[in-house]
Amino acid sequence: MTTTLLPEGWELIVGLEVHAELATATKMFSAAPNMFGDDPNTNIDPVTLGLPGSLPVLNEKAVELAIRLGLAVHCSVEPSVFSRKNYFYPDMPKDFQISQYDKPINVDGWLELPDGTVIGIERAHLEEDTGKSSHMGGDGRIHGASHSLVDYNRAGVPLLEIVSRPDIRTPDQAKAYVSELRSILVATGASDGKMEEGSMRVDANVSVHHPGEPFGTRCEIKNLNSLRSLGRAIEYEARRQVDVLEAGETIRQETRHWNEAEGRTSTMRVKEDADDYRYFPEPDLVPLAPSAEWIEQIRADLPPMPAERRARLAAAAGVPKTTDSVAVIVERDLDGLALATLELGADPGRVLVHVEQNLSGDGSAELRPDLLAALIALETGGELTATQAKQVLADVVATGADPAEVAKAKGFEAMSSDALFTAIDEIIAGSPDEWERFRTGDQKARGKLTGFFVGQVMKATRGQADGGAVTARLNELAAG
Amino acid sequence: MSGSALELAAAVRRGTRSAVDVLDEHRAAIEATELQIHAFNLVTAAEARAAAEEVDRTVAAGDDPGPLAGVPIALKDNLCTRGIPTTCSSKILDGWLPPYDATVVQRLAAAGAVPIGKTNLDEFAMGSSTENSAFGPTRNPRDLTRVPGGSSGGSAAAVAAGFAPLSLGSDTGGSIRQPAALCGVVGVKPTYGRVSRYGLIAFASSLDQIGPFANTVADAAQLLEVIAGHDPRDSTSIPEGPPAVSEHLLDGVDGLRVGVVTELLGEGIAPDVAARVREAAEALAAAGAKVEEASVPAAIYGLSAYYLIAPAEASSNLARFDGVRYGLRVNAPTTNEMMIATRTAGFGAEVKRRIMLGTYALSAGYYDAYYGQAQRVRTLIARDFAAAYEQFDVLLSPTSPTTAFAFGDKTADPLTMYLNDVCTIPSNLVGDPAMSVPFGTGADGLPVGVQVLAPALAEATMFRTAAVLEGAAP
Repeated sequence: MTTTLLPEGWELIVGLEVHAELATATKMFSAAPNMFGDDPNTNIDPVTLGLPGSLPVLNEKAVELAIRLGLAVHCSVEPSVFSRKNYFYPDMPKDFQISQYDKPINVDGWLELPDGTVIGIERAHLEEDTGKSSHMGGDGRIHGASHSLVDYNRAGVPLLEIVSRPDIRTPDQAKAYVSELRSILVATGASDGKMEEGSMRVDANVSVHHPGEPFGTRCEIKNLNSLRSLGRAIEYEARRQVDVLEAGETIRQETRHWNEAEGRTSTMRVKEDADDYRYFPEPDLVPLAPSAEWIEQIRADLPPMPAERRARLAAAAGVPKTTDSVAVIVERDLDGLALATLELGADPGRVLVHVEQNLSGDGSAELRPDLLAALIALETGGELTATQAKQVLADVVATGADPAEVAKAKGFEAMSSDALFTAIDEIIAGSPDEWERFRTGDQKARGKLTGFFVGQVMKATRGQADGGAVTARLNELAAG
Repeated sequence: MSGSALELAAAVRRGTRSAVDVLDEHRAAIEATELQIHAFNLVTAAEARAAAEEVDRTVAAGDDPGPLAGVPIALKDNLCTRGIPTTCSSKILDGWLPPYDATVVQRLAAAGAVPIGKTNLDEFAMGSSTENSAFGPTRNPRDLTRVPGGSSGGSAAAVAAGFAPLSLGSDTGGSIRQPAALCGVVGVKPTYGRVSRYGLIAFASSLDQIGPFANTVADAAQLLEVIAGHDPRDSTSIPEGPPAVSEHLLDGVDGLRVGVVTELLGEGIAPDVAARVREAAEALAAAGAKVEEASVPAAIYGLSAYYLIAPAEASSNLARFDGVRYGLRVNAPTTNEMMIATRTAGFGAEVKRRIMLGTYALSAGYYDAYYGQAQRVRTLIARDFAAAYEQFDVLLSPTSPTTAFAFGDKTADPLTMYLNDVCTIPSNLVGDPAMSVPFGTGADGLPVGVQVLAPALAEATMFRTAAVLEGAAP
C-alpha cells in the first residue's frame, strides 16, 4: 500500500483513538437506561441532566466491561482516577466531562491483526458520553442555524476510549485494526461495536515523514463513522500532507473534519485555539482500585479472542495463521464448526472452502459438523463434484438432512467416464470453430476456451460433470 | 422561645402537644420578627402544615412518628426540596423547581420533622456574613446591626430567633460553625462523608458537608443521628450507619486529653474571644480533662490552600449554570453569547471572583503551582492534625476570630472577610469533624463560640466535650 499511496521516500504514520459505547443496561454514573434509538430526552434522570445537587455513582458493570476489553488486548489493569475535563458545550449537561486523564484503568496493551502485524495500545480508559445537538433552520451545522435542540439520552452513556500507539502504516491496516478491535469488543461483550449506530467512533491521528527521521506534525481527523470513511480520510490526509511538505510548507497541528461527500478533510480548529480543559481529579468519586481477585476472575471468564481462535483453526487445518479464509471464518464466528468438522477427519482444504465460501453467517453455526464431514467425504470420494457439493450443502443447511440422501434426491451421481466422454464429444462436434481454435491456439486462447467448453459440458450434464475431469479430457483430445 | 427540639418531640410523641400547635407557635414567631431578620428566602407554610398534620395523624393512629416528631426545621436554601424553589440565594436559579429531595430532606421527613422554610445564605455558600445573598442580607437576632455570619447565616439566625428549634446548614470552610458562633447557637460540621451530599448544591465537593444547628448540644446530637449514615447515591459517603452520639452525651470528660491549639490563638484573634477559649479549657480541666497546649504548625496555611482548592472546585461545579437546561436564561444571538449573558447577569460579584480564581488555579501551566501545591499543603495539614491526635482526644480553638461584626465592615476587602475562616477551614481540608458551642460573650456582649475539633469519626467524643462546655458556659 505504501508504495502506491505516497511518493517514494514518504511513510505514513497513524494512531487511532476508538470510542466504544459499553453495553451496560444503565449509564456510567446513574440508573438511567443506556438505550439507543429511544425518543429524545426519555432516558434521563437528575444525574444525566447534571441537575444541581445530583452526584455520580460509578456503574460497576462499566468497570467490568472495561477490564474485560483491557485484558483481551493484553493491557495491565491499574488503579485509576476519574478527572473532570472542563469545557462549555450545550450537549454536555455539567459543562464538564468525567473522564480518566493521567491515571487510566488499562495501560500498555497490544493486539495482533489477521496478517500478523502487532499494533500497540497505549491505554483504554473510561469516560462518559455527551448528549447530541441538532442544529435547526440551516444546513445542519451550528453556523447559520436558527436554534438547536439537544437530546440527552446519550449523555452519560459509558465509553471506553482505546488509544493505539502510532504503529499503523497504511489505510488498510487502520481498517484492519478497527475491524479487529470491533471483533474483540463484541467477543468480550464490552460493546455491540455498531459503527452505524455510533457505538464505535474513530478519530485518526495522521502524519507523514521520511523513514529514519522523526515523526512529522500530526493532524487529528475527528469522528470517522465507517471503515470506508476511515480508509478514505487517512489516504486523503496523507496525500495532502505530502503535497504541503513537498511544496516547502509546514503542517500545522490541528483538528480536521472529514467530509464524506466531498472526500476531503478540512480544518476544524488549530492547536492554538484548543481549549484548556483544566483537568483535575473528580472530587465526587473515589479512586478506583479493582482487586486482584476480581481482575483474575474476569480474566478466567474471558472467551478466546479472535487472534487465538485464528491460531487454533490454522493449526488444526495445517495452514499459516495469516491465511485469509481462516480470518474470514473466525470473523463470521464459524470456527467452532470448522474445528469440529476437522476433528472428524474431513479434508482441511475443503473444510476451509465450504465454511468460508458456501455458508452464510446466519444459521450456519447450527449445521452439524458430522453432516459437513459426510458431505466432504462424498466429495473427496469422487461421488460429488465441487459444484454439486455446494448445492447439496445449501439443502443440508436448510433441512438438516443427510448429504448422501440429498445428493440422491437431486439425481447427483458420479458420471461414468464413458458418459462424460460422450458428452464432451457431442459438445465438440457442435462447436467446430471453437474446437479448432482450442486445438491450435496458444496457452491464452486455450485457457479462455477451456471455460467455454467446461461451461457447455456442465450445462449438458446439469452440473454432474467434474470440471477438472472435463479439462483433462479436452487437453487429452487436443494433444491427439 | 419554647423548649428544646427533644422536649417538643417528646411532647408530640406523647400526644400532649400537637405538631400543628407547635408549628403555629413558631409561625407566630416568624411573623413577629422575620421582616427585621430576613432569615428565610421562603417560608413553606402550606407544606409545613401538611407535614405537621401528617405527624398528628400518625400519633393519633398509634404509630411511631419518628424521633423528631413535629419539630419545625429550617433548611438552608442550597438543599434540594422537591417542587419547592431552591435558589442558593442566586438569581441564576430563578424559577427552578428541583424534581427531587436531598437525602437529608428525605431522612428528616422519615423522622417526623416539619420543614418550615428555606433559609438565606451567601450566594452559593460563598461568604462569611450572608451579605452576598442576591436577596439581601440576614440580620443577627442578637443585634440587628450585626451580621449573622455565613454562609449559613439564615439557618443560624432562624434558630437564634426562635423561628425553628433546628436547622440545617452546609459547611465548606466554616459556614455552619462561624454563624453558629456569631448567633450564639450550636453548629456542627460532621466528618466528611458522614452525611450524604446528595441534593446539596455543590460549592466545593471535597469540602462540603451538611450539618445541624440547634439551641442545645443534645438537640444537635439527635439531628445528626437522623441525617447521618451511608447513602449509596453519594460515592464519598462513609459506609457505616449514623454515629451513636446521644447515648454518650453525658459521659463527661474525665481523663480526656484536650489540646488548645497554639497556632489558632495568636495573631488576629480578638483578646476577648481568646480569653473565652482559655476559660473553656479551664472548665474542661475542672471537669477532669487533661488540658495542654497543642501545636498544629501547618494549620495556619489552611486559609491559603482553601482559597485555591475551594474556588477550583467551584469553578467546575458552577459551570452547569449556563442557561441551557434550567434557571435563568438571558437570550442572545448565539449559544455562547447566551451562556455568557446568563452567567454575567445571574452570578453576583463574589461568585464571579471565585470562579475566576478557580479557573486560573486550574489553568494549564499554573495547575502545579496553585491547585497542585494547595493539595500538597492539604496533605501536610492532615499530617499535623494526625500527629496532634496521637497526643490529644480533642482540640480546642476559637470558632471565629471575633464576635459578630457590623454590616459592611469587611465587604470592601475580600481578604479581611476570608480571614474570618482561619480557625474553621482546617477541619474541612482534613475532613475531620468540628463544632461550635456558645461560651459566654465578648466585650461587646455578643456571643462567643468555642470550637471543639476531633479526629475523623470521633463525633461522640466531640459531642460529650461540647456538652460539658455547654454546662459550664458563663
